[in-house]
Amino acid sequence: MSKIVIRGRKVVGGVAEGEAIVTRDTISGWGGIDSSTGTIIERRHELVGRSFKDKVLVFPGAKGSSGYSHYFHLARVAGAAPKAMLFNRMTTKAALGAVVTRVPAMSDFDKDPLSLIETGDWVKVDADRGFVEVTKRTAAE
Amino acid sequence: MKLTDAEKAMLDGKHGKAKQKAMDLLVRYGEALNAERLVDVKNVAGTWNAGSPAMKPFAEKGMDVVFSKFNLDSDEVVETPQAEVYTCQLIHGIDTQNGHITGVPEEAINRQRQAESYFGRRGVAMFNTCTPYQVGNVPVRGEHCAWMESSAVVYCNGVLGARTNTEGRESTGAASITGKIPYWGFHLDENRLGTHLVDVEVDVDGMMDWGLLGYAVGEVVQEDIPVLSGIRHTPSMIKLKHFGAAAASSGGVEMYHIPGITPEADTIEQAFGKKKPVERIKYGTAERKLAYDNLNSSAQDTAVDFVMLGCPHNSIEQVWTAARLLDGRKLSPNTQLWIFTPRALRDTAELNGYGDIIRKAGAHLMSDTCPAIGRVMPKNTKVVATDSAKQAHYLPAIMKCQTWFGTVDQCVDAALTGRWRGGLP
Repeated sequence: MSKIVIRGRKVVGGVAEGEAIVTRDTISGWGGIDSSTGTIIERRHELVGRSFKDKVLVFPGAKGSSGYSHYFHLARVAGAAPKAMLFNRMTTKAALGAVVTRVPAMSDFDKDPLSLIETGDWVKVDADRGFVEVTKRTAAE
Repeated sequence: MKLTDAEKAMLDGKHGKAKQKAMDLLVRYGEALNAERLVDVKNVAGTWNAGSPAMKPFAEKGMDVVFSKFNLDSDEVVETPQAEVYTCQLIHGIDTQNGHITGVPEEAINRQRQAESYFGRRGVAMFNTCTPYQVGNVPVRGEHCAWMESSAVVYCNGVLGARTNTEGRESTGAASITGKIPYWGFHLDENRLGTHLVDVEVDVDGMMDWGLLGYAVGEVVQEDIPVLSGIRHTPSMIKLKHFGAAAASSGGVEMYHIPGITPEADTIEQAFGKKKPVERIKYGTAERKLAYDNLNSSAQDTAVDFVMLGCPHNSIEQVWTAARLLDGRKLSPNTQLWIFTPRALRDTAELNGYGDIIRKAGAHLMSDTCPAIGRVMPKNTKVVATDSAKQAHYLPAIMKCQTWFGTVDQCVDAALTGRWRGGLP
Protein backbone atom coordinates (compact mmCIF):
# COMPACT_ATOMS: atom_id res chain seq x y z
CA MET A 1 0.00 0.00 0.00
CA SER A 2 1.55 3.26 -1.13
CA LYS A 3 1.85 6.22 1.18
CA ILE A 4 2.58 9.80 0.29
CA VAL A 5 4.93 11.76 2.49
CA ILE A 6 4.91 15.55 2.53
CA ARG A 7 7.52 17.50 4.45
CA GLY A 8 6.88 20.85 6.04
CA ARG A 9 7.48 23.17 8.94
CA LYS A 10 6.00 22.85 12.40
CA VAL A 11 3.53 25.60 13.26
CA VAL A 12 2.21 23.95 16.40
CA GLY A 13 3.93 20.82 17.70
CA GLY A 14 2.43 17.41 18.33
CA VAL A 15 1.31 14.28 16.56
CA ALA A 16 -2.21 13.42 15.44
CA GLU A 17 -3.97 11.36 12.83
CA GLY A 18 -7.41 11.24 11.31
CA GLU A 19 -9.54 11.50 8.24
CA ALA A 20 -8.84 14.48 6.01
CA ILE A 21 -11.31 17.20 5.15
CA VAL A 22 -9.91 19.25 2.28
CA THR A 23 -10.91 22.56 0.77
CA ARG A 24 -9.40 24.92 -1.78
CA ASP A 25 -11.32 27.83 -0.25
CA THR A 26 -9.76 29.90 2.52
CA ILE A 27 -11.63 29.82 5.83
CA SER A 28 -13.06 32.69 7.82
CA GLY A 29 -13.47 32.33 11.60
CA TRP A 30 -16.02 35.02 12.42
CA GLY A 31 -18.95 34.61 10.06
CA GLY A 32 -17.31 31.52 8.56
CA ILE A 33 -17.60 28.75 11.15
CA ASP A 34 -20.05 27.66 13.82
CA SER A 35 -17.71 27.24 16.79
CA SER A 36 -20.09 25.00 18.72
CA THR A 37 -20.05 22.27 16.03
CA GLY A 38 -17.04 23.06 13.84
CA THR A 39 -19.32 23.49 10.84
CA ILE A 40 -18.45 25.78 7.92
CA ILE A 41 -21.33 28.24 7.56
CA GLU A 42 -20.12 30.65 4.88
CA ARG A 43 -22.78 30.68 2.16
CA ARG A 44 -20.60 30.20 -0.91
CA HIS A 45 -17.89 28.04 0.73
CA GLU A 46 -17.07 24.68 -0.82
CA LEU A 47 -17.53 22.96 2.55
CA VAL A 48 -20.69 24.79 3.66
CA GLY A 49 -22.63 22.58 6.07
CA ARG A 50 -19.68 20.22 6.72
CA SER A 51 -17.81 19.99 10.02
CA PHE A 52 -14.04 19.76 10.59
CA LYS A 53 -14.54 18.40 14.11
CA ASP A 54 -12.06 15.56 14.77
CA LYS A 55 -10.77 15.70 11.17
CA VAL A 56 -7.44 16.77 9.74
CA LEU A 57 -8.28 20.10 8.16
CA VAL A 58 -6.37 20.80 4.93
CA PHE A 59 -6.93 24.32 3.58
CA PRO A 60 -5.14 27.17 1.79
CA GLY A 61 -5.23 29.60 4.71
CA ALA A 62 -7.25 32.02 6.79
CA LYS A 63 -9.29 34.94 5.60
CA GLY A 64 -11.71 37.55 6.83
CA SER A 65 -12.15 39.10 10.23
CA SER A 66 -9.52 39.34 12.95
CA GLY A 67 -11.99 37.32 15.05
CA TYR A 68 -10.51 34.23 13.31
CA SER A 69 -8.45 33.01 16.27
CA HIS A 70 -11.24 33.63 18.77
CA TYR A 71 -13.71 31.49 16.81
CA PHE A 72 -11.25 28.59 16.49
CA HIS A 73 -10.46 29.07 20.17
CA LEU A 74 -14.18 28.73 20.95
CA ALA A 75 -14.32 25.61 18.76
CA ARG A 76 -11.63 24.01 20.92
CA VAL A 77 -13.48 25.00 24.09
CA ALA A 78 -16.65 23.42 22.64
CA GLY A 79 -14.80 20.20 21.73
CA ALA A 80 -15.31 20.89 18.03
CA ALA A 81 -11.69 21.51 16.99
CA PRO A 82 -10.04 19.66 14.11
CA LYS A 83 -7.46 16.94 14.94
CA ALA A 84 -4.75 18.81 13.05
CA MET A 85 -4.35 21.70 10.59
CA LEU A 86 -2.36 21.84 7.36
CA PHE A 87 -2.35 25.13 5.48
CA ASN A 88 -0.29 26.79 2.76
CA ARG A 89 -0.39 30.53 3.26
CA MET A 90 1.12 31.76 6.51
CA THR A 91 -0.59 34.79 7.97
CA THR A 92 -0.94 36.11 11.51
CA LYS A 93 -4.58 34.96 11.52
CA ALA A 94 -3.72 31.40 10.47
CA ALA A 95 -0.79 31.20 12.91
CA LEU A 96 -2.61 32.53 15.96
CA GLY A 97 -5.69 30.45 15.09
CA ALA A 98 -3.59 27.28 15.04
CA VAL A 99 -1.80 28.22 18.27
CA VAL A 100 -4.99 28.74 20.27
CA THR A 101 -6.70 25.69 18.73
CA ARG A 102 -3.75 23.77 20.23
CA VAL A 103 -3.65 21.00 17.67
CA PRO A 104 -0.64 19.89 15.61
CA ALA A 105 -0.31 22.28 12.66
CA MET A 106 2.08 22.58 9.74
CA SER A 107 2.85 24.87 6.80
CA ASP A 108 5.66 25.62 4.27
CA PHE A 109 5.38 22.23 2.53
CA ASP A 110 7.71 20.73 -0.08
CA LYS A 111 4.62 19.50 -2.02
CA ASP A 112 1.15 20.99 -2.10
CA PRO A 113 -1.15 19.13 0.31
CA LEU A 114 -4.17 20.48 -1.57
CA SER A 115 -3.24 18.54 -4.68
CA LEU A 116 -2.13 15.36 -2.88
CA ILE A 117 -4.71 14.96 -0.12
CA GLU A 118 -8.41 14.37 -0.74
CA THR A 119 -11.30 14.39 1.66
CA GLY A 120 -11.54 10.95 3.26
CA ASP A 121 -7.83 10.11 3.02
CA TRP A 122 -6.19 9.01 6.27
CA VAL A 123 -3.57 11.55 7.33
CA LYS A 124 -0.91 11.29 10.00
CA VAL A 125 0.59 14.61 11.04
CA ASP A 126 3.90 14.61 12.90
CA ALA A 127 4.48 18.32 13.33
CA ASP A 128 7.46 17.80 15.67
CA ARG A 129 9.39 15.89 13.03
CA GLY A 130 7.95 17.92 10.16
CA PHE A 131 6.17 15.32 8.07
CA VAL A 132 2.71 14.34 6.92
CA GLU A 133 1.90 10.77 5.89
CA VAL A 134 -1.09 10.29 3.62
CA THR A 135 -2.85 6.97 3.05
CA LYS A 136 -5.20 7.29 0.09
CA ARG A 137 -8.72 6.23 0.84
CA THR A 138 -8.92 4.16 -2.37
CA ALA A 139 -5.68 2.36 -1.50
CA ALA A 140 -6.92 1.49 1.96
CA GLU A 141 -10.15 -0.01 0.73
CA MET B 1 12.93 32.78 18.64
CA LYS B 2 15.49 35.09 20.21
CA LEU B 3 14.33 36.77 23.40
CA THR B 4 15.92 39.71 25.19
CA ASP B 5 16.83 39.40 28.86
CA ALA B 6 13.76 41.44 29.79
CA GLU B 7 11.53 39.14 27.73
CA LYS B 8 13.15 36.06 29.26
CA ALA B 9 12.49 37.47 32.70
CA MET B 10 8.81 37.81 31.86
CA LEU B 11 8.71 34.27 30.49
CA ASP B 12 10.36 33.01 33.66
CA GLY B 13 7.65 34.58 35.75
CA LYS B 14 9.74 37.33 37.31
CA HIS B 15 7.05 39.89 36.54
CA GLY B 16 4.07 37.88 37.67
CA LYS B 17 1.90 35.08 36.41
CA ALA B 18 -0.11 37.08 33.87
CA LYS B 19 2.97 38.39 32.05
CA GLN B 20 4.47 34.89 32.11
CA LYS B 21 1.35 33.49 30.42
CA ALA B 22 1.31 36.39 27.97
CA MET B 23 4.94 35.80 27.04
CA ASP B 24 4.30 32.07 26.69
CA LEU B 25 1.55 32.81 24.17
CA LEU B 26 3.73 35.31 22.28
CA VAL B 27 6.54 32.76 22.03
CA ARG B 28 4.18 30.04 20.75
CA TYR B 29 2.70 32.53 18.28
CA GLY B 30 6.07 33.90 17.18
CA GLU B 31 7.40 30.38 16.60
CA ALA B 32 4.29 29.48 14.61
CA LEU B 33 5.05 32.46 12.37
CA ASN B 34 8.75 31.61 12.26
CA ALA B 35 9.49 35.12 13.54
CA GLU B 36 13.04 35.85 14.62
CA ARG B 37 12.14 38.00 17.58
CA LEU B 38 9.55 40.22 19.21
CA VAL B 39 9.20 43.96 18.71
CA ASP B 40 8.18 46.63 21.22
CA VAL B 41 4.67 47.98 20.74
CA LYS B 42 3.19 50.91 22.61
CA ASN B 43 -0.25 50.94 20.98
CA VAL B 44 -2.70 48.04 21.24
CA ALA B 45 -6.29 47.79 19.96
CA GLY B 46 -8.13 44.59 20.78
CA THR B 47 -11.18 43.24 22.54
CA TRP B 48 -11.94 42.52 26.19
CA ASN B 49 -15.70 42.09 25.82
CA ALA B 50 -17.78 39.61 27.79
CA GLY B 51 -21.33 40.27 26.59
CA SER B 52 -21.59 37.60 23.88
CA PRO B 53 -23.47 34.37 24.66
CA ALA B 54 -20.27 32.34 24.24
CA MET B 55 -18.60 34.35 27.03
CA LYS B 56 -21.47 33.91 29.49
CA PRO B 57 -20.30 30.72 31.29
CA PHE B 58 -16.82 32.20 31.73
CA ALA B 59 -17.88 35.71 32.72
CA GLU B 60 -20.08 34.22 35.43
CA LYS B 61 -16.88 32.91 37.05
CA GLY B 62 -15.31 36.37 36.92
CA MET B 63 -13.61 38.67 34.47
CA ASP B 64 -10.17 37.21 35.27
CA VAL B 65 -11.44 33.91 33.83
CA VAL B 66 -12.46 35.65 30.60
CA PHE B 67 -9.15 37.46 30.46
CA SER B 68 -6.99 34.41 31.19
CA LYS B 69 -8.72 32.07 28.77
CA PHE B 70 -9.60 34.36 25.90
CA ASN B 71 -7.09 37.22 26.08
CA LEU B 72 -4.04 35.13 27.03
CA ASP B 73 -4.99 31.56 26.02
CA SER B 74 -4.08 30.47 29.55
CA ASP B 75 -5.82 27.54 31.28
CA GLU B 76 -4.60 28.80 34.60
CA VAL B 77 -6.64 31.73 35.87
CA VAL B 78 -4.44 34.76 36.50
CA GLU B 79 -5.30 38.15 37.89
CA THR B 80 -5.67 40.78 35.18
CA PRO B 81 -2.84 43.30 35.57
CA GLN B 82 -2.79 46.90 34.45
CA ALA B 83 -2.11 47.36 30.75
CA GLU B 84 1.59 48.04 30.20
CA VAL B 85 1.04 50.18 27.10
CA TYR B 86 -1.72 52.36 25.62
CA THR B 87 -4.59 49.99 24.90
CA CYS B 88 -8.11 50.42 23.57
CA GLN B 89 -11.26 48.37 23.08
CA LEU B 90 -12.51 48.01 19.52
CA ILE B 91 -16.08 47.48 18.36
CA HIS B 92 -17.93 44.62 20.09
CA GLY B 93 -21.40 43.12 20.15
CA ILE B 94 -23.48 45.28 22.48
CA ASP B 95 -24.64 48.89 22.59
CA THR B 96 -25.22 49.02 26.33
CA GLN B 97 -27.39 52.14 26.05
CA ASN B 98 -29.80 50.83 23.43
CA GLY B 99 -31.00 47.41 24.57
CA HIS B 100 -34.61 48.61 24.27
CA ILE B 101 -34.07 49.09 20.52
CA THR B 102 -31.83 46.14 19.71
CA GLY B 103 -33.61 43.65 21.96
CA VAL B 104 -30.34 42.51 23.59
CA PRO B 105 -31.27 41.07 27.03
CA GLU B 106 -30.52 43.09 30.16
CA GLU B 107 -28.41 40.23 31.53
CA ALA B 108 -25.98 40.42 28.58
CA ILE B 109 -25.86 44.21 28.79
CA ASN B 110 -24.99 44.04 32.48
CA ARG B 111 -22.24 41.53 31.79
CA GLN B 112 -20.78 43.83 29.15
CA ARG B 113 -20.97 46.80 31.54
CA GLN B 114 -19.08 44.77 34.15
CA ALA B 115 -16.39 43.94 31.59
CA GLU B 116 -16.07 47.60 30.60
CA SER B 117 -15.71 48.71 34.16
CA TYR B 118 -13.31 45.88 35.08
CA PHE B 119 -10.97 46.21 32.11
CA GLY B 120 -11.45 49.95 31.82
CA ARG B 121 -9.83 50.59 35.16
CA ARG B 122 -7.02 48.23 34.18
CA GLY B 123 -6.04 50.53 31.35
CA VAL B 124 -8.22 49.49 28.42
CA ALA B 125 -9.71 52.69 26.94
CA MET B 126 -13.32 51.88 26.11
CA PHE B 127 -13.52 53.48 22.68
CA ASN B 128 -15.85 50.67 21.55
CA THR B 129 -15.35 51.38 17.88
CA CYS B 130 -13.88 49.81 14.76
CA THR B 131 -12.33 53.24 14.06
CA PRO B 132 -10.05 54.12 17.00
CA TYR B 133 -8.29 56.57 14.69
CA GLN B 134 -11.46 58.70 14.72
CA VAL B 135 -11.42 59.17 18.47
CA GLY B 136 -7.85 60.01 19.26
CA ASN B 137 -5.82 56.86 18.68
CA VAL B 138 -3.78 58.01 15.70
CA PRO B 139 -0.41 56.23 15.61
CA VAL B 140 2.37 58.04 13.78
CA ARG B 141 4.26 56.82 10.73
CA GLY B 142 6.58 53.95 11.58
CA GLU B 143 4.99 53.27 14.96
CA HIS B 144 4.73 49.56 15.76
CA CYS B 145 1.21 48.62 16.83
CA ALA B 146 -0.80 45.51 17.64
CA TRP B 147 -4.28 46.05 16.28
CA MET B 148 -7.24 43.84 15.48
CA GLU B 149 -10.17 44.74 13.20
CA SER B 150 -9.49 44.46 9.48
CA SER B 151 -10.76 47.93 8.55
CA ALA B 152 -8.64 49.53 11.29
CA VAL B 153 -5.55 47.50 10.37
CA VAL B 154 -5.67 48.60 6.73
CA TYR B 155 -6.17 52.23 7.82
CA CYS B 156 -3.28 51.99 10.29
CA ASN B 157 -0.86 50.59 7.67
CA GLY B 158 -2.10 52.25 4.50
CA VAL B 159 -3.19 55.71 5.56
CA LEU B 160 -1.14 56.34 8.70
CA GLY B 161 2.01 54.43 7.76
CA ALA B 162 2.07 52.86 11.21
CA ARG B 163 2.83 49.13 11.35
CA THR B 164 0.55 46.34 12.41
CA ASN B 165 -0.40 42.85 11.37
CA THR B 166 -3.98 41.68 11.78
CA GLU B 167 -3.79 40.57 15.37
CA GLY B 168 -6.35 38.53 17.30
CA ARG B 169 -7.99 38.61 20.70
CA GLU B 170 -5.27 36.53 22.38
CA SER B 171 -2.27 38.30 20.83
CA THR B 172 -3.58 41.79 21.62
CA GLY B 173 -4.35 40.65 25.17
CA ALA B 174 -0.74 39.52 25.57
CA ALA B 175 0.66 42.61 23.81
CA SER B 176 -1.26 44.95 26.08
CA ILE B 177 0.39 43.67 29.26
CA THR B 178 3.88 43.01 27.84
CA GLY B 179 4.31 45.70 25.17
CA LYS B 180 5.52 42.99 22.74
CA ILE B 181 4.35 41.37 19.50
CA PRO B 182 6.12 39.10 16.97
CA TYR B 183 8.38 41.03 14.59
CA TRP B 184 6.94 39.67 11.36
CA GLY B 185 4.91 40.72 8.32
CA PHE B 186 4.05 44.41 8.18
CA HIS B 187 6.55 45.33 10.90
CA LEU B 188 9.32 44.81 8.31
CA ASP B 189 10.07 47.33 5.53
CA GLU B 190 10.26 44.82 2.69
CA ASN B 191 6.79 43.45 3.36
CA ARG B 192 5.16 46.86 2.95
CA LEU B 193 5.96 47.33 -0.73
CA GLY B 194 3.29 47.16 -3.42
CA THR B 195 2.51 43.95 -5.32
CA HIS B 196 -0.25 44.93 -7.79
CA LEU B 197 -0.52 48.08 -9.90
CA VAL B 198 -4.11 49.26 -10.35
CA ASP B 199 -4.76 51.57 -13.30
CA VAL B 200 -7.79 53.56 -12.23
CA GLU B 201 -9.39 54.71 -15.48
CA VAL B 202 -12.66 56.11 -14.15
CA ASP B 203 -13.18 59.17 -12.00
CA VAL B 204 -13.13 58.16 -8.32
CA ASP B 205 -14.43 60.91 -6.09
CA GLY B 206 -17.63 60.27 -4.12
CA MET B 207 -18.05 57.90 -1.18
CA MET B 208 -19.68 55.24 -3.33
CA ASP B 209 -16.85 55.47 -5.86
CA TRP B 210 -14.30 54.72 -3.14
CA GLY B 211 -16.36 51.81 -1.80
CA LEU B 212 -16.70 50.27 -5.26
CA LEU B 213 -13.00 50.71 -6.00
CA GLY B 214 -12.08 49.02 -2.70
CA TYR B 215 -14.46 46.15 -3.28
CA ALA B 216 -13.18 45.56 -6.82
CA VAL B 217 -9.51 45.78 -5.87
CA GLY B 218 -9.84 43.50 -2.81
CA GLU B 219 -11.51 40.82 -4.89
CA VAL B 220 -8.54 40.71 -7.28
CA VAL B 221 -5.52 41.19 -5.00
CA GLN B 222 -6.87 39.24 -1.98
CA GLU B 223 -4.17 39.62 0.75
CA ASP B 224 -1.69 41.46 -1.46
CA ILE B 225 -0.75 45.15 -1.60
CA PRO B 226 -2.39 47.27 -4.31
CA VAL B 227 -0.89 50.51 -5.59
CA LEU B 228 -3.50 52.90 -7.03
CA SER B 229 -2.52 54.92 -10.06
CA GLY B 230 -4.79 57.53 -11.65
CA ILE B 231 -6.45 58.95 -8.52
CA ARG B 232 -7.21 62.57 -9.41
CA HIS B 233 -9.14 63.76 -6.35
CA THR B 234 -7.46 63.76 -2.96
CA PRO B 235 -9.70 61.61 -0.74
CA SER B 236 -10.77 62.64 2.76
CA MET B 237 -10.44 60.39 5.81
CA ILE B 238 -13.97 59.00 5.44
CA LYS B 239 -13.37 57.95 1.84
CA LEU B 240 -10.19 56.06 2.75
CA LYS B 241 -12.02 54.51 5.71
CA HIS B 242 -14.65 53.27 3.27
CA PHE B 243 -12.12 52.13 0.66
CA GLY B 244 -10.03 50.11 3.10
CA ALA B 245 -12.99 48.45 4.75
CA ALA B 246 -14.33 47.38 1.34
CA ALA B 247 -10.95 46.02 0.20
CA ALA B 248 -10.57 44.13 3.48
CA SER B 249 -14.01 42.52 2.96
CA SER B 250 -13.92 41.25 -0.62
CA GLY B 251 -10.26 40.42 -0.06
CA GLY B 252 -7.89 40.62 2.87
CA VAL B 253 -6.11 43.86 2.02
CA GLU B 254 -4.06 45.10 5.00
CA MET B 255 -1.85 47.63 3.25
CA TYR B 256 -2.00 49.80 0.13
CA HIS B 257 -0.36 52.79 -1.48
CA ILE B 258 -1.79 55.79 -3.29
CA PRO B 259 1.41 57.47 -4.48
CA GLY B 260 1.48 61.15 -3.56
CA ILE B 261 -1.29 60.69 -0.99
CA THR B 262 -0.45 57.88 1.42
CA PRO B 263 2.75 58.38 3.43
CA GLU B 264 5.09 55.61 2.29
CA ALA B 265 5.20 56.36 -1.44
CA ASP B 266 5.45 59.64 -3.34
CA THR B 267 5.74 57.82 -6.65
CA ILE B 268 4.70 54.50 -8.17
CA GLU B 269 8.37 53.46 -8.32
CA GLN B 270 8.76 54.11 -4.61
CA ALA B 271 5.62 52.10 -3.85
CA PHE B 272 7.14 48.98 -5.43
CA GLY B 273 10.74 49.59 -4.33
CA LYS B 274 13.01 47.06 -6.01
CA LYS B 275 10.08 44.75 -6.69
CA LYS B 276 8.17 44.61 -9.95
CA PRO B 277 4.36 44.50 -9.90
CA VAL B 278 3.25 40.85 -10.04
CA GLU B 279 0.16 41.98 -11.92
CA ARG B 280 -1.28 45.09 -13.53
CA ILE B 281 -5.03 45.52 -13.08
CA LYS B 282 -7.45 47.79 -14.87
CA TYR B 283 -10.28 49.48 -13.01
CA GLY B 284 -12.66 50.93 -15.58
CA THR B 285 -16.40 51.25 -16.16
CA ALA B 286 -16.90 47.49 -16.46
CA GLU B 287 -14.98 46.69 -13.26
CA ARG B 288 -16.91 49.39 -11.39
CA LYS B 289 -20.22 47.97 -12.62
CA LEU B 290 -19.18 44.44 -11.65
CA ALA B 291 -18.32 45.52 -8.09
CA TYR B 292 -21.70 47.24 -7.84
CA ASP B 293 -23.54 44.16 -9.15
CA ASN B 294 -21.64 41.84 -6.77
CA LEU B 295 -22.50 44.03 -3.81
CA ASN B 296 -26.18 44.02 -4.77
CA SER B 297 -26.37 40.36 -5.80
CA SER B 298 -28.34 39.28 -2.72
CA ALA B 299 -31.17 41.83 -3.21
CA GLN B 300 -34.38 41.59 -5.25
CA ASP B 301 -37.23 43.04 -3.16
CA THR B 302 -37.52 46.81 -3.24
CA ALA B 303 -39.54 47.06 -0.01
CA VAL B 304 -36.82 47.95 2.51
CA ASP B 305 -37.30 46.99 6.18
CA PHE B 306 -34.10 48.34 7.62
CA VAL B 307 -31.46 50.91 6.70
CA MET B 308 -28.03 50.80 8.32
CA LEU B 309 -25.48 53.63 8.16
CA GLY B 310 -22.11 53.68 9.87
CA CYS B 311 -19.84 50.81 8.85
CA PRO B 312 -17.05 51.50 9.59
CA HIS B 313 -18.47 53.74 12.32
CA ASN B 314 -19.59 57.10 10.97
CA SER B 315 -17.50 60.23 11.44
CA ILE B 316 -19.28 63.25 12.93
CA GLU B 317 -19.38 64.63 9.40
CA GLN B 318 -21.29 61.57 8.22
CA VAL B 319 -23.75 61.77 11.13
CA TRP B 320 -24.29 65.41 10.23
CA THR B 321 -24.90 64.49 6.58
CA ALA B 322 -27.54 61.95 7.58
CA ALA B 323 -29.14 64.35 10.07
CA ARG B 324 -29.48 67.01 7.38
CA LEU B 325 -31.15 64.55 5.03
CA LEU B 326 -33.58 63.59 7.82
CA ASP B 327 -34.24 67.06 9.21
CA GLY B 328 -37.98 67.76 9.38
CA ARG B 329 -38.91 64.45 7.75
CA LYS B 330 -40.39 61.16 8.96
CA LEU B 331 -39.31 57.61 8.25
CA SER B 332 -41.66 55.27 6.42
CA PRO B 333 -43.75 53.35 9.00
CA ASN B 334 -42.40 50.14 7.47
CA THR B 335 -38.72 51.01 7.73
CA GLN B 336 -36.20 51.54 10.50
CA LEU B 337 -32.94 53.48 10.31
CA TRP B 338 -30.01 52.93 12.66
CA ILE B 339 -26.92 55.14 12.45
CA PHE B 340 -23.71 53.89 14.12
CA THR B 341 -20.88 56.11 15.32
CA PRO B 342 -18.14 55.78 17.97
CA ARG B 343 -19.36 56.37 21.55
CA ALA B 344 -17.36 59.59 21.86
CA LEU B 345 -18.76 60.98 18.61
CA ARG B 346 -22.26 60.01 19.63
CA ASP B 347 -21.85 62.33 22.62
CA THR B 348 -20.68 65.06 20.25
CA ALA B 349 -23.63 64.38 17.95
CA GLU B 350 -26.00 64.72 20.91
CA LEU B 351 -24.35 68.01 21.94
CA ASN B 352 -24.72 69.24 18.38
CA GLY B 353 -28.42 68.41 18.36
CA TYR B 354 -28.07 65.78 15.61
CA GLY B 355 -29.41 63.12 17.95
CA ASP B 356 -32.67 65.06 18.33
CA ILE B 357 -33.06 65.54 14.59
CA ILE B 358 -32.42 61.83 13.99
CA ARG B 359 -34.88 60.72 16.68
CA LYS B 360 -37.56 63.20 15.55
CA ALA B 361 -37.44 61.57 12.14
CA GLY B 362 -37.96 58.20 13.83
CA ALA B 363 -34.38 56.94 13.39
CA HIS B 364 -31.83 55.91 16.05
CA LEU B 365 -28.28 57.02 16.80
CA MET B 366 -26.25 54.12 18.18
CA SER B 367 -22.68 53.17 19.10
CA ASP B 368 -20.33 50.40 20.25
CA THR B 369 -21.50 47.77 17.76
CA CYS B 370 -23.02 47.17 14.30
CA PRO B 371 -25.60 44.73 12.91
CA ALA B 372 -22.99 42.26 11.63
CA ILE B 373 -20.87 42.18 14.82
CA GLY B 374 -23.78 42.34 17.27
CA ARG B 375 -26.06 40.21 15.10
CA VAL B 376 -28.80 42.70 15.82
CA MET B 377 -31.41 44.07 13.43
CA PRO B 378 -35.04 45.11 13.80
CA LYS B 379 -37.30 42.06 14.13
CA ASN B 380 -38.42 40.37 10.91
CA THR B 381 -35.95 42.24 8.74
CA LYS B 382 -35.78 40.66 5.30
CA VAL B 383 -34.41 43.51 3.22
CA VAL B 384 -31.62 45.87 4.28
CA ALA B 385 -30.12 48.93 2.63
CA THR B 386 -26.70 50.32 3.53
CA ASP B 387 -24.04 52.69 2.21
CA SER B 388 -21.32 50.32 3.44
CA ALA B 389 -19.67 47.85 1.09
CA LYS B 390 -18.39 45.93 4.09
CA GLN B 391 -21.81 45.54 5.67
CA ALA B 392 -23.37 44.69 2.28
CA HIS B 393 -20.73 41.98 1.94
CA TYR B 394 -21.28 40.39 5.37
CA LEU B 395 -24.99 40.84 6.17
CA PRO B 396 -26.42 38.41 3.59
CA ALA B 397 -24.15 35.66 5.01
CA ILE B 398 -24.42 36.47 8.70
CA MET B 399 -28.03 37.65 9.00
CA LYS B 400 -29.45 35.83 5.96
CA CYS B 401 -31.10 38.94 4.53
CA GLN B 402 -31.15 40.68 1.18
CA THR B 403 -28.92 43.75 1.19
CA TRP B 404 -28.93 46.77 -1.10
CA PHE B 405 -25.79 48.87 -1.41
CA GLY B 406 -25.97 52.52 -2.43
CA THR B 407 -25.15 56.10 -1.53
CA VAL B 408 -26.13 57.72 1.75
CA ASP B 409 -28.79 59.72 -0.14
CA GLN B 410 -30.25 56.55 -1.64
CA CYS B 411 -30.26 54.87 1.76
CA VAL B 412 -31.96 57.75 3.55
CA ASP B 413 -34.47 57.93 0.69
CA ALA B 414 -35.22 54.22 1.26
CA ALA B 415 -35.75 54.91 4.96
CA LEU B 416 -38.14 57.78 4.21
CA THR B 417 -40.12 56.06 1.45
CA GLY B 418 -39.74 52.40 2.41
CA ARG B 419 -38.60 51.69 -1.17
CA TRP B 420 -35.23 51.04 -2.72
CA ARG B 421 -34.87 53.43 -5.63
CA GLY B 422 -31.08 53.29 -5.83
CA GLY B 423 -28.88 52.48 -8.74
CA LEU B 424 -25.40 53.09 -10.02
CA PRO B 425 -25.02 56.81 -10.73
